[in-house]
Amino acid sequence: MSELPLDPGATEDVGHFRVRRECFLDADGSVHGELPAFARDRSEVVGLYEAMLVTRAFDEKAVALQRTGRLGTFASSLGQEAVSVGVASAMGSDDVLVPSFRDQGAQLWRGVTMEELLLYWGGDERGSDFSGPRDDFPVNIPVASHVLHAAGVALAFKLRGEQRSAVCLFGDGATSKGDFYEALNLAGIWRLPAVFVINNNRWAISVPREAQTAAATLAQKAIAAGMEGVQVDGNDVFAVRHVVEAALARSASAPTLVEALTYRLGDHTTADDASRYRDDAQTSRHWKREPVARLKRYLTERFDWSKQEEEALLQSARERVEEAARRYLDMQALPATAMFDHLYEEPPKDVAIQRAEVAARSSQGERIDD
Amino acid sequence: MTDCTLVEAVRLALNHAMAHDERVVILGEDVGIDGGVFRATDGLWQRFGGERVRDTPLSEAAIAGVSVGLATQGFRPVAEIQFMGFVYPAIDQMVNHASRMRTRTRGRLSCPMVLRVPYGGGIRAPEHHSESTEAMFAHIPGLRVVVPSSPRKAYGLLLAAIADPDPVVFLEPKRIYRSIKEPLDDDGEPLPLDRCFVLREGSDLSIVTWGAMTVEALAAAEQLAAEGVSAEVIDAATLKPVDVDGIVASVEKTGRCVVVHEAAKSCGVGAEIAASIMERAFLSLLAPVERVTGYDTVMPLPRLESHYLPDTPRIADAARRSLSYS
Repeated sequence: MSELPLDPGATEDVGHFRVRRECFLDADGSVHGELPAFARDRSEVVGLYEAMLVTRAFDEKAVALQRTGRLGTFASSLGQEAVSVGVASAMGSDDVLVPSFRDQGAQLWRGVTMEELLLYWGGDERGSDFSGPRDDFPVNIPVASHVLHAAGVALAFKLRGEQRSAVCLFGDGATSKGDFYEALNLAGIWRLPAVFVINNNRWAISVPREAQTAAATLAQKAIAAGMEGVQVDGNDVFAVRHVVEAALARSASAPTLVEALTYRLGDHTTADDASRYRDDAQTSRHWKREPVARLKRYLTERFDWSKQEEEALLQSARERVEEAARRYLDMQALPATAMFDHLYEEPPKDVAIQRAEVAARSSQGERIDD
Repeated sequence: MTDCTLVEAVRLALNHAMAHDERVVILGEDVGIDGGVFRATDGLWQRFGGERVRDTPLSEAAIAGVSVGLATQGFRPVAEIQFMGFVYPAIDQMVNHASRMRTRTRGRLSCPMVLRVPYGGGIRAPEHHSESTEAMFAHIPGLRVVVPSSPRKAYGLLLAAIADPDPVVFLEPKRIYRSIKEPLDDDGEPLPLDRCFVLREGSDLSIVTWGAMTVEALAAAEQLAAEGVSAEVIDAATLKPVDVDGIVASVEKTGRCVVVHEAAKSCGVGAEIAASIMERAFLSLLAPVERVTGYDTVMPLPRLESHYLPDTPRIADAARRSLSYS
């Protein structure tokens, strides 16, 4: 560490700068290095594959519902399923997920239901009242603001001496925000049990990764916060899970920043049209590296994954999604007065008056909700 | 019972809450060994340790954002921002997250946190240290905004804010941090967060104000008394939600009202109070509701701040204007 007085003109080596990169599964399904144990277990691998297929089927259905006017704006995770599923599969059920708006794969793995996700994107707060992981955070919309929540959750665990960790997912764009730096900085100082995962899908709506920062990697942003930064092939679910498992294993003594390199194969959201700013040829090249096909190749070559098994899995994924969509579409909106119900634990008088006003209007048959 | 300043009362309340509820943690810049820039946390680090009285890096967004995370996990964070001029990076967290966590999860997660912020002018502080932007917070559904006007109020209201199940922005009028002393019993008794307080009873006119302006309002009432006018002085205390019932009860009695605040006039909390009086007590009014406020300009540096801040003569003049309607 430099101390005054400075020696004029002298230079000092103040640190080493290396970013570790993890990858097991290549785009063609071939394997590099020694696989972690879970990747050598057929049922574990099938579980990961199923979760990725289900996520893709869910995204497809959600986009279709939006296109037909039955869902609000939706952010598909097409091409990034291995990040979402890899991260969640590494977590313990007691850990807390603090997700962004493109992490449905992780949420589903953790027990958030498809109906809840559809309800949320369909404009109903009940979608964030998860029946499964009660401590998990709802989807975060203001980019990077939730990275601070993960730090707070991790601090809570540390203060209580609980062996739990907070895991936060966010995009490459989030790393340009002050909240991200503030959270990392503080997690580094306090050695918080947290894992911060960047889903680097190369695009923040229309702004490419190169225009987001001149830093060579996003993982290196960890170094300034005094924590380890790791790059991982975000299309390799084994590598993502392995890296996050390792980060969680040491999280009691140090936080980690993980940069998962992947690609947003779809639009930013259903409100976006990526053809306005990027060329299809580029996206086509990335389709060759997408995560589901490579895992299928691995399954086929290593575990004789059969066509019948594939068909059965696809069929059941579609059925689950269709069933969830039916239940979502059948759910009636809450009464209009519900907008007041959880504003405060006890409603102040003026809020109660406004609630009564809405109740009176709705009982007269006026359509306030839709 | 000891004589106590407002800032000492804040410290006593924090000390009491921490001693009786292990979920209470303090975080902020220099709140630890230094005891806070105004000494509001003096001695707490020594008593409760650095885990519970936590110095943060210089990161206001983080102070609020980490408090949101802590609060959702069952803690009762009391965060300190050093001056109101530095609260703006924290507003994102208060507006986008703290205020709506309960609503957006249908009650699954909630955010019982307190954001303490010394605020207001009159102490010849540097630029960005004297503003009163309470209306920014008072506009936000899901928050409570509380301003104490005396040591006893600070003690009781802060205890109530810490015990409240929802987020509270607690604005401390630093101009009267040390100028008023009051005997205070450290008995852990909270004061209600949904009621205004009558500081002086009167029958001819209601003066509604909060924080440091209560001192000026009481002085104006004294001056008016010498002229034979009986002015009632109301300390609104909680600005979100405002106790409209309490204010209306006073205005129905007096028929006249002057609202006083340091903050700029347009879209200030005074406008909300005036409008509520119009809605609820129009037929009791004998004169238009007067507002005595900071001006709609940038808060001046100390050489001109006394011209900006409402003072006793301006309040008394407004009262006389109100009384001129017969």
